[in-house]
Amino acid sequence: MGREIAQQVIDGILIGGVYALMAVGLTLIFGVLDIINIAQGVLVILGAYLSYSLFTKAHIDPFIGLAITIPAMFVVGVVIHWAFIRRLRGTERTSMTLLVTYAVALIIEGILYKIYGADNVQISTSYTNKSVHILGGYVGWIYIWGFVMAVAGVVIVYFLLYRTRFGRSVRAIMQDETAARLVGINVNRVAALTFGIGVAVTAAGGMIFGSTNPFNANSGYDLISRLLSIVILGGMGSVGGALAAAVFMLTLEGLVIVWQPTWAVAVYYAALVIVLLVRPTGLFGRKAVRAQ
Amino acid sequence: MSHAPATPLPAVMPAPGGLGTAAKGGGLLLLVVAAVAFPQVFSNPAVTNYGVYALIYVTAATAWNIFSGNSGYIALGQAVFYGSGAYALAVAAKDWNIQGTTAFALIPFAGLVGALIAIPFGLIALRVRRHTFIVITIAIFFIFQLMAFNLWFTGGSSGQTAPFLNGSPVGFNRLFYYIGLGFSVGSIAIAWLIRRSRFGLQLRAIRDDEDRARGLGVRAMRVKLTAFVISGAITAMIGAVWVYYNGQAEPAFAFNPLFDLTLVVMAFLGGYGSISGPVLGALIMEPLYLWVNTQPAFSGSVSDILFGAILLLVVLFLPRGIVPTGGEFITRFRTRGRPAVIPAAAGAGPAATSSTPPVSSGGAR
Repeated sequence: MGREIAQQVIDGILIGGVYALMAVGLTLIFGVLDIINIAQGVLVILGAYLSYSLFTKAHIDPFIGLAITIPAMFVVGVVIHWAFIRRLRGTERTSMTLLVTYAVALIIEGILYKIYGADNVQISTSYTNKSVHILGGYVGWIYIWGFVMAVAGVVIVYFLLYRTRFGRSVRAIMQDETAARLVGINVNRVAALTFGIGVAVTAAGGMIFGSTNPFNANSGYDLISRLLSIVILGGMGSVGGALAAAVFMLTLEGLVIVWQPTWAVAVYYAALVIVLLVRPTGLFGRKAVRAQ
Repeated sequence: MSHAPATPLPAVMPAPGGLGTAAKGGGLLLLVVAAVAFPQVFSNPAVTNYGVYALIYVTAATAWNIFSGNSGYIALGQAVFYGSGAYALAVAAKDWNIQGTTAFALIPFAGLVGALIAIPFGLIALRVRRHTFIVITIAIFFIFQLMAFNLWFTGGSSGQTAPFLNGSPVGFNRLFYYIGLGFSVGSIAIAWLIRRSRFGLQLRAIRDDEDRARGLGVRAMRVKLTAFVISGAITAMIGAVWVYYNGQAEPAFAFNPLFDLTLVVMAFLGGYGSISGPVLGALIMEPLYLWVNTQPAFSGSVSDILFGAILLLVVLFLPRGIVPTGGEFITRFRTRGRPAVIPAAAGAGPAATSSTPPVSSGGAR
């Protein structure tokens, strides 16, 4: 039992890093655009399928393939923003964007289903199943590399946000969109770039997810509910909060799995409901109730 | 928003269509006659099947509209009630050994189950607004789906079988058609009564400005919860009808996230907030969806892609729906050349279909 728990805690921290990377995209998009991107889950799956296809068809190692998939997903994000999100205005905008991104998710899911069918696949490289003995548990190398990459990804996003001119514009829009517009920030362009970056991280997240889990077009639903709870728990718009919440939730899920495997997923939904009711800004949210 | 209009509003605003009462009544009568005659004219079960499903969705979309259309809270958790009602009928019929037509007596029981679920659901979800509300309804929906898969009495992923009903397919479909028609008419009547009542005004006051409505003495939580419970009970009853008609309740279909989206699309397509809008939307969408699913060209996931595309198009290009847009067009046509009183066309966006003057008493705050 003790060994099992230690194993789950290690796994939780490592996988939590990967979820943090996926959740950072969601939280950025929310912070800047006030949009809950329901399509984020299925976009992760799209990223996973891209890596899968590159690996099986062109024999490109998934880590190297990221040089192709990350820009590709960035373009997908910018296109989604340009084609659908940009057009929505008015008081009900947030609710409408929720419906729009849900529709986008359905369309992408349908296309993936059409291309790849319903069978579960997994990206299995030569090193996927190799593992190493740490602290009394076995840990797959893929988890360790995924964690390292995810942390690097989160650090890059953090750097972008807090050390660049672009990041300053992003944070200005997060604080007050009208004021940002007044001082000459091109809100539309920053929003499009943010959406692109928010979606681009799903390429990396999807690659690791696809290497560690069997997946099909349907897996997006499960993912989005996890990501949403992580983002809301961490405080929408907070990058550090997403990281902490991801590690916390994945570890918690791991511990529940030891005790009661069937209901482990319910942890996410329950956390989501409780946090939204008790503290709608999340545990690390700094702002007062946003757009509430 | 349009607080305290400077010009006095007419006591009764013209209806969006601007049609006369007689024409309206005649049209309604014609519609009812056509609906009653439909299964007599077309007895082919393949055709009446379209009718039954269309009516199931007319009821469900109207129930969604009673709560969401009036209050402005977009609920994406109606499948909780639909599935719970379906399971309530199937499980109760099995446990209490109820067979044949007696099982119809369980439909009100399913409604009761739906109402009982709606109370805690509403008490939790209605504490928050806008997108937070939407996300909570989705989360609660997934909890229920998980329970349908895993609780001891649900039958796991194979689900529950509904009680068996003897008879020819023709008579079977006709029976369910009329049950569906009864529920449709009933739910539309309830929606109409609510719209005309003080309760309906309070709901729409909440939609326009909840804090202000509370300031004016509307007991917001009680009003919202009541509408939510009514909506849930109706949805649960039609869910029970569905399971009896369908013969089987699998968790993936009884608790289907697409069900919620379907209702939203129907309402938005027809006209969010109006009574006829969701009805029209359901009558267009559901037969279309059934037909698309029978076409080999749209097999597999293509129908889902199509559905997503329709949802996108409606939200982006027709967010106010067919009924309000069409109504405005008719008004403009009838009043061409004259200065027209366009009914409440201000406040663009989907929420501009209110046909009653604002409840504000002169804008005094």
